[in-house]
Amino acid sequence: MHKNRNFLFHLYMILFLAYLLVPLMVMGGAAFNASKLPTIYPWKGWTDQWFIDLWHDKRIWGAFLNTIMVALAVAAIAVPIGTAAAILINSIGGRVRSLLYGLMVAPILIPGVVIGISTLLFWNYLSVGSGLHLSVLGQVSYIASFVMLLVLARLQSFDPSLEEAALDLGASHAQVVRRILLPHLYPAIGAGAAISFFQSIENFNVTLFTRGGADTLTVYVFSKVRSGVTPTINALALILIVITVLFAIAYEIKRRRDEARLKLVEG
Amino acid sequence: MEHLLRRYGTGLTALCIGLTIFWLAVLVLLPNFTMLESSFRPYLAKVDEGGPLDFYSLRNYGMVLGNEVDFSIFGYVVQTPVRLKVFILTIVYSALVTVITFAMAYPLAYYLAKIVSPKSLPTLFLLLFVPLWVSEILRSFAWWIILAFKGPLNALLMTLGLISEEVRWISGFTPVVVGLVYTYVLFMVFPLYNSMQSLDSNQIEAAEDLGSPWWRTHWRVILPHAKPGIASGAVMVFMLSAGSLLVPSLLGSTTSGWFTQTIQGIMLDSQDWNAGAAFAFMLLLVCTIFVSIMMRVFGVKLSDIAK
Amino acid sequence: MSAAIELDDICCDFGKFRAVDHVNVTIKAGEFFSFLGPSGCGKTTILRMISGFIEPTEGVVRIGGQDMKGQRPNQRPTALIFQNLALFPLMPVWENISFGLEVRGVDKVKRRARAEELLELVELKDSADKMISQLSGGQKQRVAIARALAVEPSVMLLDEPLSALDLKLRQHMRAELRAIQKRTGVTFIYITHDQGEALAMSDRVGVMSQGKLQQVADPREIYNNPVNGFVASFVGENNILTGEVKKAGKGEAEFATAIGTFRARLGNASHGKLYIRPEHMTLSSKPGKENSVPVSIADVSFEGNFITVQAKAANGTHLIAELRNDGSATVPAAGTNMHMSFAAERASILPDTSSVGA
Repeated sequence: MHKNRNFLFHLYMILFLAYLLVPLMVMGGAAFNASKLPTIYPWKGWTDQWFIDLWHDKRIWGAFLNTIMVALAVAAIAVPIGTAAAILINSIGGRVRSLLYGLMVAPILIPGVVIGISTLLFWNYLSVGSGLHLSVLGQVSYIASFVMLLVLARLQSFDPSLEEAALDLGASHAQVVRRILLPHLYPAIGAGAAISFFQSIENFNVTLFTRGGADTLTVYVFSKVRSGVTPTINALALILIVITVLFAIAYEIKRRRDEARLKLVEG
Repeated sequence: MEHLLRRYGTGLTALCIGLTIFWLAVLVLLPNFTMLESSFRPYLAKVDEGGPLDFYSLRNYGMVLGNEVDFSIFGYVVQTPVRLKVFILTIVYSALVTVITFAMAYPLAYYLAKIVSPKSLPTLFLLLFVPLWVSEILRSFAWWIILAFKGPLNALLMTLGLISEEVRWISGFTPVVVGLVYTYVLFMVFPLYNSMQSLDSNQIEAAEDLGSPWWRTHWRVILPHAKPGIASGAVMVFMLSAGSLLVPSLLGSTTSGWFTQTIQGIMLDSQDWNAGAAFAFMLLLVCTIFVSIMMRVFGVKLSDIAK
Repeated sequence: MSAAIELDDICCDFGKFRAVDHVNVTIKAGEFFSFLGPSGCGKTTILRMISGFIEPTEGVVRIGGQDMKGQRPNQRPTALIFQNLALFPLMPVWENISFGLEVRGVDKVKRRARAEELLELVELKDSADKMISQLSGGQKQRVAIARALAVEPSVMLLDEPLSALDLKLRQHMRAELRAIQKRTGVTFIYITHDQGEALAMSDRVGVMSQGKLQQVADPREIYNNPVNGFVASFVGENNILTGEVKKAGKGEAEFATAIGTFRARLGNASHGKLYIRPEHMTLSSKPGKENSVPVSIADVSFEGNFITVQAKAANGTHLIAELRNDGSATVPAAGTNMHMSFAAERASILPDTSSVGA
């Protein structure tokens, strides 16, 4: 009985994966179709025209640059904020902690549209005009929550007596943090930086309302799709997908190697 | 507080508190208050601000009324303000998306938590994560291609003989729902997986051993344990769906407006930021109410929403 | 330079709970002093007050004559060995040891040299570059000690450091710690609930119960002349008899119990219980000259270097005698009727608890 059931489950998994990945392949495939509209049917022959067009599209490069700068800024701001918040909340208990925790997690649950509009209105009130700087601030408001959660989780496995030992040996507070606490947190901080970066690149709703006239990749692609689109978008999409897949493969290889090395040490 | 000072010294404590206050107050609380406040004030030229025309009212919220159109609910036609209709349909369809994603995600989450061997898990997760890292807009765009009138889906179905002529898929709410489900289903899978994983497999075996059929084991043993995951996933999917702008814009049509599109129109086209604030606040309110309902129904606290 | 520690009438409260209650003791410079007591008696709290992680609610802690009030842990001349050792997992052994020097700005070459010196002192040569996870329990102990010694503290504070080790290793480490203390001459303050440890290693022992110091004396004194029932029971085994004091004389009295009236030592108290250690009981077939009880042997168990005899008096009172396994005493068989007796100088009438100063 179990065998049949398990087979069904394996099948479901495969179907699910197909469901997730096939549309991406369709989109990637359209990048090679010599048809003016992005599609794989009808197929009008292989071409790399769209990749060439992509290379020459100045606006896309501008948007790409903006996206990267915003993402770097977001990571640079969200990581310290999230880490500080995690350290702070870890040292508090009781009702205050629950309240603070709720406040810190709430931004994740606020629709991006609301974050974008509220950010725009607030800074406008302070006579700060819209632009990419507002996009950064808006994105940080919820991305810092992710960082906080990651660092907080890592903090749980930290032995506070290590801090005390360092203090007892004469270390100043700054030295304790630098030599004892932060090294333990590096994995979470690294993950937080990566998540911040990629979440920022992905972001649309917040950016749309706060950007002023500037372009980011997501906004640019969106406007192109609405107005008049050629498969250059597909070429861009394919490149992004390939990069993502390469990252994933690299990550998997590193993970397997780490695992194997761990087995060697323990065995 | 004293504990914090003792542990980290004054300089560091001040830094931690400062950064946190900056985040929570300046980036989260104040903007939302400003938005709330703006929503009560009328849309005025800069010179008129602070003057006699600048007073608080519910006028912006009232803009959701007016301009009545037909709204057919289960066959009955009701005259409803168009924006209100859009608002209600957004909520209804977001709820539908939530239910569908749950139905799809549950077997997969169970599979990952209980059936798959732990060694294959990281690889499988990676495979599942890849679509997530591909930007949301590209995923919606993929379906736009597939569902196009002269596109591959129709071609496939016609070749298989299932339909005799092309079907206009991109009309009505169907493609929007399809797109939303595709984009956000993973946000339901992972929380479900997390909460199922903590269930001791022995409990499942014990239930089977006592003669429970599979559906009852799920209903009485597994589902209750997965409640935090369900609440977490439902909240995320609903919030993302109701707040989604990309998917309805790409895959929707004039007959299937989404509330976020209304907001976008008011903010960016009409530049009426005050009304936009009011509508945005309405959206926030709905999401908050949904979260509260979920928390009440499933007995879950905010602390259970982690990735 | 080692320093003396003065605990001047210190108290420590956690909310309504008084963990340390008016403790007064002066620990001499260069001394190996142990605080001995059950869990929750306040010894850990005392250690944390000396090291600076808690401030006393009342009273003064002085190290080397200086009032330590307001001094943070990183400003005090103390070094603490934690119960879980708290070695830094992400640093190799030598960096762990020289951490205290690193935070004082000593350069890398000097630090490494000093670490190597200390590793030799604790007999762990060639371990400088290992990671903590590669060490055994005993080796980790020694790294922790080396790390503390590196900052040349005036006082070493040890928080039950041997509790996680197995028996043989514990006994070996006892000797090691004692040797290191003698070699370096630093004041050691050691807390433990293991009376064997405290007695074996210390110059003086302070027995604590419920926040109060019961007795401070050298190990022999603690064992042979406990001032109250708590100390007598906590350190070593006892036969305990309830009864009443009758005629009280100079340092001794007559004590009437259900199984007879006995002569025993009496301190300042006017009432209490009678305490006799099993090893001070003698067994013979004929009644003893005084303090003799007729008993029937219930059980005899051979424990290696001594033999434990469980016996019952006429009214069912349980008595224990401990005989040395050197062939001198006759080992009785179960069921035999014999006489158990003890010398008056070896028995004490003690109150349950008392509080004492240094």
